[in-house]
Amino acid sequence: MKALAIDTSNLVMGIAVLDGEKVIGEYITNLKKNHSVRVMPAIHDVMKEANVKPAELDRIIAAKGPGSYTGVRIGVTIAKTMAWTLKKELVGVSSLEVVAQNGKYFGGYVCPLFDARRTQLYTGLYGKKDGQFQAVKEDRLVLRDNWLSELKKLDQPVLFLGNDLDMHKERIFEELGDQAVFGGIADHNPRPSELGRIGVEREPEPVHHFVPSYLQLAEAEANWLAAQKK
Amino acid sequence: MKQDEIILSIETSCDETAVALIKNGTEILANVVASQIESHKRFGGVVPEVASRHHVEQMTVVTEEALQQAGLTMEDVTAVAVTEGPGLVGALLIGVNAAKALAFAHGLPLVPVHHIAGHIYANRLITEMKFPLLALVVSGGHTELVLMEKHGSFEVIGETRDDAAGEAYDKVARTLNLPYPGGPHIDKLAQNGEPVLKLPRAWLEPDSYDFSFSGLKSAVINTVHNAAQRGETIRPEDLAASFQASVVEVLVEKAARAARENNVKQVLLAGGVAANQGLRKALEERFSDLPQELVIPPLYLCTDNAAMIGAAGSVAYQKGKRADWALNGVPGLDLEAQ
Repeated sequence: MKALAIDTSNLVMGIAVLDGEKVIGEYITNLKKNHSVRVMPAIHDVMKEANVKPAELDRIIAAKGPGSYTGVRIGVTIAKTMAWTLKKELVGVSSLEVVAQNGKYFGGYVCPLFDARRTQLYTGLYGKKDGQFQAVKEDRLVLRDNWLSELKKLDQPVLFLGNDLDMHKERIFEELGDQAVFGGIADHNPRPSELGRIGVEREPEPVHHFVPSYLQLAEAEANWLAAQKK
Repeated sequence: MKQDEIILSIETSCDETAVALIKNGTEILANVVASQIESHKRFGGVVPEVASRHHVEQMTVVTEEALQQAGLTMEDVTAVAVTEGPGLVGALLIGVNAAKALAFAHGLPLVPVHHIAGHIYANRLITEMKFPLLALVVSGGHTELVLMEKHGSFEVIGETRDDAAGEAYDKVARTLNLPYPGGPHIDKLAQNGEPVLKLPRAWLEPDSYDFSFSGLKSAVINTVHNAAQRGETIRPEDLAASFQASVVEVLVEKAARAARENNVKQVLLAGGVAANQGLRKALEERFSDLPQELVIPPLYLCTDNAAMIGAAGSVAYQKGKRADWALNGVPGLDLEAQ
């Protein structure tokens, strides 16, 4: 199976091309630059280097969020449009799950996180379950301190990963002490090759209805719903 | 035999997800518009984040429907055209990235189109353009007089210095407690009213083709306020008719003067407010004994659609205009730089 993986859901932009059991091309940056300008040239370049034509792809895989609303829509729009027009399979993978893969040999729990402003986190908990590294607590938008209390109750080491970790490290250490383990600088970028690897193993999804997983409503929509309840 | 040019065009600059297929620049093979208006009504206006989310949901569905209606596949398509700007950036990005994905997947040329150029070129789907021509562009975000010497050349000779005409309509509609979008409601009310209220006309300097609508908007609000203080009631129909008379008179007179002074052959109406019955009627009356040919597109080509992007895209394609894979959505894209 030939697959193209695209991640524009956060600051890290990642493209990978997989062929059968091999990752044959991978491009990754972690820069405050415009995904809309850079991602299509990157897809073009990686596919050209890997000598894979769009029509030869069997599957397209997108990081579906959570993350930047605008960012995630860019990758998802490209992935679903390519999958639809080339009649290829489409798979979406949680952006947090991709980051978590960097700790899959840690042994204990792995907590990937993205800052969600107002002391909130996009996060989840990953670990070994039924012999497989997978989600043990589902992805969510949560107040940081509530989440840390929940992790404290586990009473087991937790590896924290993510490029926004520095903003929260102090508070995590205060709450969890030695229970908290922090990844190093090379452990935080989601790897598009991992996105592709997970995506190849999953069942494809209906293309037309594929949308990002924002994990929260648009602010105007949330306010409107709240006003209806009054 | 020359092969037909088929442009697949995409427009997502605001709250319509639209895809069209245009043959040889002038013939509509499909023109599908998924409007989000029902979703935005509850907010009293377009919410950018909500608009962007709807675009992602609709993009491939609308594209598929357009191809089906036209009875075509991507194999038949010559080039992909897309609105580059102006508009809401998050909304533009969906169309731009979908267009890039389509063009990349099928190895097709990618043609960037200016949204206002699209509105003007909606007229080419009705009749051939005759140069030089003048376009009166009136929409929610734009009020402009555009002079065109030839295809693809745009000179903005007049524009609004404050609110766009459509904005003024929406604000006055809010004063009258009319539901969103306000423009069509005012137009409807005005048809049953008389322009009995004295409201200002902003002519600006004698030689200016520019517009200004913020003074008029304030005058309407003051008129309502003062009447309420005196315990008088104003018929909403009369207020709407008076407001509309002021907007329309300025638009029509400036367009007529610009048409005469620039010796144009044709005057084109363009933009969402071109759906306004009061404006259409006044223009038809004013130009009935003038030498310039007046062209007013049917309603479905006045509001945002992708057929107009295909019409403008065809001309841009023929002139060799291309975008590379770095094409971005540009919210403040300049028309004259096209």
